[in-house]
Amino acid sequence: MKQTQALNLQQKTIKALGVNTSDAKVSLSYLSVAFLTLLIGGILGLVQGLERAGLMELPPWINYYQVLTAHGILLLLVFSTTFTIGYQYANLSHALGGLLPKVRKFAWTGFILMVIGVVLAVTMVVLNEASVLYTFYPPLAAHPVFYIGLVFVVLGIFACCIGVFINYRHWRKNHPGQTTPLLAFFAMGVFVLWFFASIGVTVEVLTLIPWSMGIVETTNVMVGRTLFWWFGHSLVNIWYLVATSAWYVIVPKIIGGRHFNEKLIRLVVILLVILNIPGGFHHQIIDPGISESIKFLHVFMSLSIAVPSLMTAFAMFAVLERAGRRKGGKGLLGWIGKLPWGDVRFLAPMIAMIAFIPGGAGGIVNTSNQMNQVIHNTLWVVGHFHVTVGMSVVMTFFGICYWLIPYLAKRKLTPQMNRLGVIQTIIWTVGMILMAGSQHLAGLLGDPRRTSYTTYGDHPTALSWVPYEYVMGIGATLLLLGVIIQVYAVINMMFFAPKGKTAFPVSEPEDGAPSAPMWTERWGLWVVLLLMVVAMAYVVPIVDMIVNAPPGSPPIRTW
Amino acid sequence: MHRLEEMWIAISTGILIIFMVVVGYQTFALGMGPPSNKETIDPQKVDQTEPFDEPGISKIGDNEYEVVMTLQAFGFTPNNIEVPAGAKVNFIMTSKDVTHGFQIAGTNINAMVMPGHIQKISHTFDKPGEYLVLCNEYCGTGHQLMSTTITVK
Repeated sequence: MKQTQALNLQQKTIKALGVNTSDAKVSLSYLSVAFLTLLIGGILGLVQGLERAGLMELPPWINYYQVLTAHGILLLLVFSTTFTIGYQYANLSHALGGLLPKVRKFAWTGFILMVIGVVLAVTMVVLNEASVLYTFYPPLAAHPVFYIGLVFVVLGIFACCIGVFINYRHWRKNHPGQTTPLLAFFAMGVFVLWFFASIGVTVEVLTLIPWSMGIVETTNVMVGRTLFWWFGHSLVNIWYLVATSAWYVIVPKIIGGRHFNEKLIRLVVILLVILNIPGGFHHQIIDPGISESIKFLHVFMSLSIAVPSLMTAFAMFAVLERAGRRKGGKGLLGWIGKLPWGDVRFLAPMIAMIAFIPGGAGGIVNTSNQMNQVIHNTLWVVGHFHVTVGMSVVMTFFGICYWLIPYLAKRKLTPQMNRLGVIQTIIWTVGMILMAGSQHLAGLLGDPRRTSYTTYGDHPTALSWVPYEYVMGIGATLLLLGVIIQVYAVINMMFFAPKGKTAFPVSEPEDGAPSAPMWTERWGLWVVLLLMVVAMAYVVPIVDMIVNAPPGSPPIRTW
Repeated sequence: MHRLEEMWIAISTGILIIFMVVVGYQTFALGMGPPSNKETIDPQKVDQTEPFDEPGISKIGDNEYEVVMTLQAFGFTPNNIEVPAGAKVNFIMTSKDVTHGFQIAGTNINAMVMPGHIQKISHTFDKPGEYLVLCNEYCGTGHQLMSTTITVK
């Protein structure tokens, strides 16, 4: 009870003062970079989709794999990272009553480091010195500057992590005996996971720099690949955790409901943080050099992430149903009609949540041993992450824009802008269903991913994939239209929408709900458990890969 | 926690356990595990190392064949293999340069072939036809050209 009072008091102060202008600047800068990147990455996405389907030929000064590398880096790494930081820092500022000046400095340092890093890496891609795709598997060797750029990006991420940890600790010290507000708890989960996930790729990149410069002759390709997926798969789960923060805390407020039992929400965050990192191993299910029993262990570890996700599904349906019934929804399904489908702030994250049902199911296919063999490296996988990242995560991000940006820019969401948002959401949904749907089907028939247009000498099997690739091209066209509308909406809400005050929609607990247990705040313990899980998953295979390593590979350039 | 929540968590965990039992049975009892060979080789001396010094196809049993294959940007050696219908084919592969993927469209053959590692995978070709073999891991500018066929007569 005391806790809710304190929370209310805090919310009142924020309401009176409005958004903290210096904090808003941090978030708006990150969001601007995010949507600039989305525009460029989106255009590259369409170019790629049309080339892949044989509907367009690229000019001789650029090749498909350059476009693919840039598309992957810009959207999967830069767009999602910068959006996440902008959004999470806004949450933190709102939930904890403002960022500390020191923390803002960390955020700005991170911003500068990331911009430098991205410029370096992307320049190398444009110069065709780094057509290694965003996974940069050695022994494909990019220009050393590409890897140095990635180091800057990771340092920027670390700076933002440290900023969050400092602000969190500061608040906890000044509020003894209180649990942190939910949004701050989510931010802590996101950045703790991010910090430990980034260690894998940092080690990899630091070993690749001297190798690509010729100082070290060879590299261990297996270890590089493993360290990449330590980071790579955790990263997509970080985006997912960011999206769930909006599902649990923001969506209930928008639909006029209350959030779910806080203890369960916190448990889900803790489980996702602890269990996540070993999930990366399922990207290596058909690799040589890892025994079947180790792979089996990792199937289990990857699948265990499904448990907190199923808990989320339960909680969200409960929240939606309660809100719908409170508004007078009758019968078994009457509550569905009572939800605010015309409100883009609800519609976009709602479709995102629905998309996670096939997305999660597809993920289970990818994770499981022998089924992975059917779809590994086919277009199925591309379809899968366009449903999970492109729908579940990105549509949640889009939905967030329609209240977050007006809030930060001290403007209002107009009914016209809301209508445009609804149209954008529909276009995006149709585009994704067409594109990702046809990718799933083509993949089942064997169509490989990461391959430019080819019919393999008009082989009948390859020709049978072409119709699906056309549908993919149509989907990609709709998606670029969606990107353009979204970027327009963001610019409008940042600079041109009518001035006014927009509320930060944070939901409250149900009346009489028990307060969150204090033990959930024991981050030291969660980190120890995370490290134990990582040790269980990685020590044996990595030691094996190093001790029983073949002679290493020299840098190779095949483009 | 609410009673329904508890039931839901119990069912979720239960499904996970049943799933693991099924996957484990298929992997270890039925031998359907993914390709996971652990032998290694010097990736810079593939041509001088047995058996890859003589890549090719050889008959090792009653309608059973062994294919020793190297993958390099952007091709398979040997290519355009022919086997009789019903033949069991054991592929032994390694890469001479970067990471490649070995996939035969229309079958469950799918394996990563990496420099320094020897990968093995087997398949019985029951249905006659011309199967498309392709590289499914990006390996450079000519990646889309890296393919061959296996003809089953």
